[in-house]
Amino acid sequence: MLVIPHSVRRMANKATSRFTTFFCFLALSTISSAQEINGRPDLNGVWQTLSTANWNLLTHGAGKGGNDDIGVFGAIPPGGGVVAGNEIPYLPEAAERQAQNFASRWTADPEINCYLPGVPRATYMPYPFQIFQSDNHITFAYQFAGAARIINMGEPTEPPLESWMGWSNGRWEGDTLVIDVTGFNGETWLDRSGNHHSYELHVVERYTKLNDYMMAYEAVLEDPLTYSRPWTINLVLYRLPQDQIMEFNCIEYSEELLYGDLRKQVDE
Amino acid sequence: MSRKKIISTLSALIASLISSFGAQAQDIPRTSWGAPDLNGIWTNGTVTPIQRNPGDPEYWTPEQALAVEEAAYSRRVENDRFVEGQVGSYNAAFFDLGLKTVPSLRTSLIIDPPDGRFPELSENGRQRQQEARTFLDEHLFDGPETLQLTERCILFGGAAAPMMPEPYNSNYQIVQTPDHVSILAENGYAMRVISLSRDEHYPENVEQWLGDSIGHWEGDTLVVTTDNIKYDRYQSYYGVMYNAPTSDNIRVVERFTRIAEDSIRYQATVTDPDIYTAPWTIETFFAPHEGPMLEYACHEGNVGMFNMLSGARYEESQATNQ
Repeated sequence: MLVIPHSVRRMANKATSRFTTFFCFLALSTISSAQEINGRPDLNGVWQTLSTANWNLLTHGAGKGGNDDIGVFGAIPPGGGVVAGNEIPYLPEAAERQAQNFASRWTADPEINCYLPGVPRATYMPYPFQIFQSDNHITFAYQFAGAARIINMGEPTEPPLESWMGWSNGRWEGDTLVIDVTGFNGETWLDRSGNHHSYELHVVERYTKLNDYMMAYEAVLEDPLTYSRPWTINLVLYRLPQDQIMEFNCIEYSEELLYGDLRKQVDE
Repeated sequence: MSRKKIISTLSALIASLISSFGAQAQDIPRTSWGAPDLNGIWTNGTVTPIQRNPGDPEYWTPEQALAVEEAAYSRRVENDRFVEGQVGSYNAAFFDLGLKTVPSLRTSLIIDPPDGRFPELSENGRQRQQEARTFLDEHLFDGPETLQLTERCILFGGAAAPMMPEPYNSNYQIVQTPDHVSILAENGYAMRVISLSRDEHYPENVEQWLGDSIGHWEGDTLVVTTDNIKYDRYQSYYGVMYNAPTSDNIRVVERFTRIAEDSIRYQATVTDPDIYTAPWTIETFFAPHEGPMLEYACHEGNVGMFNMLSGARYEESQATNQ
């Protein structure tokens, strides 16, 4: 449906001919709008958060890193949390598990091995991701480890199997893209501080453009095996002034750690 | 302006805007912004070989093509037999090339050189190939770096340019926007991003396994140039698909044309003057695939790497002990 902006109406009143108005207007409407794709807000572009949530979802001070050899490169930066109420409501056993994870975080975090980060962690890693939104299809590509998600925008379907990045069913609620994610394999962590979940994790994400450069992101997490109630992550995503994500295939950088002890030993 | 002149000017403007994507193939699906629609899940699996078998004509008759497909099916059934005492390997259930020859009825995927076979390697290409063979003879299984890119889960052939049919999971999800075309390859679950807005490739110091792809529309054909390709000195670029080394000068130009509701014609020309004496071009066709696409978390589940390396170390220790 064509909506004639007020500015054009004013121009039309001044113009001597209604045909001139229609002519200008037709020209504008056949050019792809930067604001909408097929009637929906255009979320295309490269986005990234500015928080330190990947270190710790909860508010945290600075801390020592896990490797003295690289000094400050490995240190933990301080940052405000992104969790409503600044608390993750763990069940008692899950809270113990988180403490154990925290104690072993410099070796046990799957991110160290370049493993797929899962959802929602992929959203707040310190690397950009790109949204590709066509008329009826949406897909996400994350720079870290080349992680990717297909968002099913048709009738919702059940996950046929468990996966690292989960199974995503998407829909529009007004101007908000809502993505319902299930089918996780429970192998990912939520951050570098050992916050975790099980294969029963259910995430509902909401992406809402605030303006051309900012998008509000909300993720509600529930997991009856891990948390006593649902809890919420809120953060802002910023548009990067770059055309696309680049390739961060980190597998090569994890091979020494994963397989170094299986190398052939060469006698000196 | 007179009313008549306004109407004719308006008509001319509408006509030129509509024809900006080319006036051919009016019946192919288009996106809301008028581009030929490449969106969807597609597969390029085929039983047509990459190179023409010596003695084959350039094209099969429909009857000959059918015979080829039936032979492929028989081979698959034959290979699927269980053999007592054998550990077993890839079988009919695993390979998934489909059962069809390419719809053009060509007898090879290579359409240029005209004999349907890879061009000769240059002197340098042959030296590089010999160097690779020597190195792998001495060092295979020394460590992860001596194994194929596919075995390391770093790169599978279908994800990169040129898109050769993969032995299995040769399925691709294309999501196309006004400024980008994203191609997610199921085998290895790798996402290649084609930019429609950049003019220049990244500087030389940026190398990516998937290269850097920049595309533009020429009429209804998407033309994509890929540069900045990272490669392994001793491994062939595509791992299992064919065995030839790669140089810094490799460049690929692809052409995607949606020719029908159920077909995208794909051509890719590879130029590598340090390795090959001539460019070579393949042609394949993408057909719709029902899907869904499934996550292939290769690296996360790479027990093969652990098994190969620890197996090699064990064999060495046994040899030393004897």
